[in-house]
Amino acid sequence: MTDLEKFNDKIANNIKIEPKDWMPDDYRKHLQRQMSQHAHSEIIGMQPEGNWVLRAPTMRAKVILLAKIQDEAGHGLYLYSAAETLGKSRDTYIEELQTGKAKYSSIFNYPTLSWADMGAVGWLVDGAAIVNQVSLQRTSYGPYARSMVRICKEESFHQRQGYEIIATLAKGTPKQKEMAQDALNRFWWPSIMMFGPHDADSYRSSNAMEWKIKLESNDALRQSFIDKTVPQAELLGLTIPDPDLKWNEERGSYDFGEINWEEFWNVVKGNGPCNKQRIKHHVKAHENGKWVREAANAYAKKQKEIKKAS
Amino acid sequence: MELKDALIQYSLRIADSSLILGQRMAEWCSNGPTLEEDIALSNISLDLFGQSRMLLSYAADLKGNDESEDTLAFHRNEREYFNCLITELPNGHFGDTIVRNFFFDAYCYHLYNALKESKDETLAAFGEKSLKEVTYHLRHNSEWIIRLANGTEESINKIKQSVIDIWPYTGDMFAMDEVDELLIEKSIAIDLNTIKSKWNNTIKEVFERANLEVPSIDVYMQTGSLKGIHTEHLGHMLGEMQYIPRAYPNMEW
Ligand SMILES: [Fe+2]
Ligand SMILES: [Fe+2]
Repeated sequence: MTDLEKFNDKIANNIKIEPKDWMPDDYRKHLQRQMSQHAHSEIIGMQPEGNWVLRAPTMRAKVILLAKIQDEAGHGLYLYSAAETLGKSRDTYIEELQTGKAKYSSIFNYPTLSWADMGAVGWLVDGAAIVNQVSLQRTSYGPYARSMVRICKEESFHQRQGYEIIATLAKGTPKQKEMAQDALNRFWWPSIMMFGPHDADSYRSSNAMEWKIKLESNDALRQSFIDKTVPQAELLGLTIPDPDLKWNEERGSYDFGEINWEEFWNVVKGNGPCNKQRIKHHVKAHENGKWVREAANAYAKKQKEIKKAS
Repeated sequence: MELKDALIQYSLRIADSSLILGQRMAEWCSNGPTLEEDIALSNISLDLFGQSRMLLSYAADLKGNDESEDTLAFHRNEREYFNCLITELPNGHFGDTIVRNFFFDAYCYHLYNALKESKDETLAAFGEKSLKEVTYHLRHNSEWIIRLANGTEESINKIKQSVIDIWPYTGDMFAMDEVDELLIEKSIAIDLNTIKSKWNNTIKEVFERANLEVPSIDVYMQTGSLKGIHTEHLGHMLGEMQYIPRAYPNMEW
């Protein structure tokens, strides 16, 4: 059997591809792009939530939010390590992020404008991420699949915590309910955009499905998120901002309105409300930390020399 | 002064220091020099918030009425906060944060170690639990002091300046008044004079390994926290931290 035949055989039999296995160049490249994009999303996602950690309204809420953001940092760390098994360093991935070569989830280019947004982000954004990540637990690349198993457990906590915030507001005073509805209004459409373009317009999904990197299509994932989330909103007495949203008995699913693809592609291209701010923030922290990393390296080197000499 | 009032005041001092330093450490979230350090700084912040909650709740219980950890955290003004001045100093650069925290960690380490033996059960339990956390914080920050002070020329200069800048705020940690006197007599509070020499030794030990000079004890020290007199920084921190409960009073979150 040739390398390619062996590879195809494994894919066909649902045997995971491991870092030392031979893999087609494009398979590796696709994973490098997808996994680093996933890692970057965890890291950039810390910013919109970090925006409220100093202003959380109770001690309990503050601790839960900070612990959640810390989880996301951990996910990022974990995913960078998994992505490094593909033969590219974390430093290189980060450089690609900072120079705009690599993307991250567009959802984090939207601003968090009220405390209710901490609820909406947990409920909708983590909620959408779970739908995607549960599916990725069966992805064909071993280290990616395993990282998803670990990450999904924490994501479902995040989703519940976010829902709790929104639920408290929705059952609160009229002002609080208004805050919750406003957050839902602003985050609903960007959340369902998280699943990417319609399958028909998605030039990337084809190979990824063949290689079993991606197991379900964008549209299928989006539909399952919507079907899961609409009843939750109803339970809260909140209105999904889509006049075309309607239960379709025949399909056993919700029909929904047309996504604003012009907005979607603009945010992807860098024209969203916070694209520049998010990258600037990341670059600034990185540059401010440069002297610290250099000092740590210099110290480690000196220690090594001392050890060698003795 | 009644014993209960003294106990409330004493608990608030410790709780406020943890809360305010925790808030400062939370500012590092997504701003750390490495991803690993970002996570470590958040960890410290979470520990500090946890410590603060324990004693805020205790003070609230002692006060009675409708007081809670949240009314105490979010509805007191600058003059009603009693955290050590050093905890409210701005993060500055990473070295400033490390030096500030190192001075404070070393203080907490010896204080909590002694507090374990307090005749007050809650304070003793607090000492026990917090000592474990602060032992880790002290180690983490000591290691950074040593690393930065033996790193590059830039890091050595920076850390030396941080020490000079922050040192005058260390005296405030050891100030005592009638609250302490009353509680020391009852074996509830710790005589901070006994902590000071231990603290000095810890600083000396780490600074020796770091090739840093310990500043003179004769430097004029800033004080005021016992009376709720703070730096200008605290008001801004509270303004941010308390914004929601102040803007939307009497609501559940
Ligand atoms: Fe995550
Ligand atoms: Fe999450």
